[in-house]
Amino acid sequence: MRDTVLEAVDLTISFNDGAVTAVKGAKFRIERGESYGLIGESGCGKSTILRAVAGLNTDYDGSILFEGRELPERRRKEHFRAMQMVFQDPYGSLHPRKMVQAVLAEPVRLMGLGDEQRRIDEVLRNVGLGPEFRFRYPHELSGGQRQRIAIARALIVEPKVLLLDEPTSALDVSVQAEILNLLTRLRRELGLTYLMVSHDIAVIAHMCDRVAIMQHGRILEEITAPDVRAGRVAEDYTREFLAASAPAITA
Amino acid sequence: MTDPVLTVENLNIHFHGSARTTHAVRGVSFTLGHEKLGIVGESGSGKSQTGRAIMRLSPPSARITADALRFGRTNLLAASEKQMRAIRGSEIAMILQDPKFSLNPLMTVGKQIAEAYRTHHRVSKAEAKERALAMLESVHIRDPKRVYDILPHEVSGGMGQRIMIAMMLIPEPKLIIADEPTSALDVTVRRQVLSVLDELVDRTGASLIFISHDLNLVADFCDRVLVMYAGRVMEDLPARDLGRANHPYTRALLESLPRLDQPRAELPVIRRDDTWRTGALA
Amino acid sequence: MTAIPATLGPRTPAEARMQQLRITVSKLRRNGSAMLGLILLVIIFGAAIFAPWLSTHDIYAQDLTNRLARPSAANWLGTDELGRDIYSRLLHGGRITLYIACLTAVISAPIGLVVGMVSGWFGGWVDVVLMRVTEIFLAFPSLILALAFVAALGPSIENAIIAISLATWPPIARLARAETMMVRRSDYIAAVRLQGASAWRIMVGHIAPMCVPSVIARVTLNMASIILSAAGLGFLGLGAQPPSPEWGAMLSSARQFILSNGHVAAAPGIAILITSIAFNLVGDGLRDVLDPRHD
Repeated sequence: MRDTVLEAVDLTISFNDGAVTAVKGAKFRIERGESYGLIGESGCGKSTILRAVAGLNTDYDGSILFEGRELPERRRKEHFRAMQMVFQDPYGSLHPRKMVQAVLAEPVRLMGLGDEQRRIDEVLRNVGLGPEFRFRYPHELSGGQRQRIAIARALIVEPKVLLLDEPTSALDVSVQAEILNLLTRLRRELGLTYLMVSHDIAVIAHMCDRVAIMQHGRILEEITAPDVRAGRVAEDYTREFLAASAPAITA
Repeated sequence: MTDPVLTVENLNIHFHGSARTTHAVRGVSFTLGHEKLGIVGESGSGKSQTGRAIMRLSPPSARITADALRFGRTNLLAASEKQMRAIRGSEIAMILQDPKFSLNPLMTVGKQIAEAYRTHHRVSKAEAKERALAMLESVHIRDPKRVYDILPHEVSGGMGQRIMIAMMLIPEPKLIIADEPTSALDVTVRRQVLSVLDELVDRTGASLIFISHDLNLVADFCDRVLVMYAGRVMEDLPARDLGRANHPYTRALLESLPRLDQPRAELPVIRRDDTWRTGALA
Repeated sequence: MTAIPATLGPRTPAEARMQQLRITVSKLRRNGSAMLGLILLVIIFGAAIFAPWLSTHDIYAQDLTNRLARPSAANWLGTDELGRDIYSRLLHGGRITLYIACLTAVISAPIGLVVGMVSGWFGGWVDVVLMRVTEIFLAFPSLILALAFVAALGPSIENAIIAISLATWPPIARLARAETMMVRRSDYIAAVRLQGASAWRIMVGHIAPMCVPSVIARVTLNMASIILSAAGLGFLGLGAQPPSPEWGAMLSSARQFILSNGHVAAAPGIAILITSIAFNLVGDGLRDVLDPRHD
């Protein structure tokens, strides 16, 4: 039996009063516990979709369904709680004047969850940082540590879906491996569903079960990770994209 | 054997901050012939600072020492600022990550390329324009006449970087330092820009230092690779042997990349070894 | 990398805040001109606060036999046209001037901050309306605006304060608006929006902390012009009234003797000058230290 968590139907997003159409008729369906990737080059509309799903931009046509129900224009707290986002740039996604404790306490208070300190300590442990990080400011943390805090901020409200906007593209390769491993472990342990955006096909193939390739605001095709690895694709653009990302080093 | 294009011996760069001094580059040595040399490393490895030191474009808080820093016969450490100005651009060119910051936003791209040529060659405006148009054509810009008259904000990232390459290569420098020239570009555009750079480097016979964090890119594009970590050269090897690298850091770096051809449940994480920082070099 | 081992980090929120404060203070201490300004301000404020104990004469006591005296052992800075001791009057005048300046800052900064943040956050017609209002105030030279206001309400120190505040908040509103528009696009604000925070909560809890430092720096820089406006109003007889020893009023009554007895006018003039410079130096330093972009 299928258990769809997130679904987009004919999602069209325009900017500047329809002058620019960033996303045209996007359609996808994500099952519970699945990791779904959106891939494409800059300006293809992948991040726009993510922001619309998150509720940062509710000015779209078509519909986004969460657990079978259409999300309203004005999102309620339970919608925000169910879907949280991790941003691309760990240097821009943490408030420069707030210490980790305050960053993590805010969502707990806003959602009225209570039991603040226990949740903070637990989520910090979960992302591989100890409680001693509570009283640090972002500028005292490395890029990888910041991204862990950003993940902790998303996780502390116990969401069902994590929206990942290029979570490792601003990080070094070695740190990228750590963060990707962390995300893999969290999905397994907490039973999360991921919607991940990236321009790196190797990262997407590593993290996701299914991938949608986007170009000029349209989803060209949807392929499974094994098909990506085997090069079993239908569109020329996908093939070109794969060829450009092929690793040059063979051990 | 001919003279090396560039000789770097025991290069050290210290940064004097308000609180403490950082040793950013620690005893880097290499010689560069007529080849494409890649310098790879993670952020903070000192790869960019090495490139800047060669151009003598380090920030004012940097103190640079070296047993030798020679470009051909010129001692770059002892050269006056006036000599350096003559060398920069005409002898050594630098291509940076984002063309948006390197191009003058108020001047048409063609004029900028023609000016770059005229600063180093005494020619008429008309001739400089001819050369600039020819150069735009050689970086595979389809309609050079139209592109000549547009402003930098009107071009895409990939075209912008090709324009930068045209501008930097028109004085026919002997050495080109490219610092992450394609990291701001999309994968499919990246190829195009690299092949343009490759073609021009081959044609003009220039040497190239290609600074990048991307191992695959460097392996694909360069002849030789220096792997840097914590300000030191960990390994110096031919690019085609990168897959058979010896140093544990290089190996770990390669291992930690997700790969399309080898699915893995978990990515190996680098276990940093303190001897990489302090120990004797192989 | 600035990352430090966890074991060395602070163990309580208070410790963490102290650590940040120490870093800020040490940055300020390395800024020579800001420190000079700060020392001057401490002296000026000290002199104003302890005026009753530091002064040597009754500031209202006239001595017409000893008018326009040159500096001497009895009257350190000489006497004015009514034989009052200039040194003592200067100290007491500092109280009035600083009172006006500080109260003006306290009134105008929050107004400017709120108007600017609301305008920058909501945008659209709210922004248009608020910014047109701000521009109307900006269009008048501040002294003219203050003059008109005092002329309508009658001259007094309180009215001078309101009048100067009226001319001071618009630039602060513009600054706060620009800052807000920059901050509202950032990912950390997007993250709080995704936690369901209200606009009010985002502004107070997340945007204000980014705007306040630059507003503080700006207000400190503005102090100099506030003092000049206060002195200007006093000089024109629209601020503090005689026999009050406000510096502008002192300068005004001394101007008829400026050629024959220059020291009478010089004393309040130099006091105004030094105080303005001190505020400017500190404001410059604060801007460098508090601006989040310099982190």
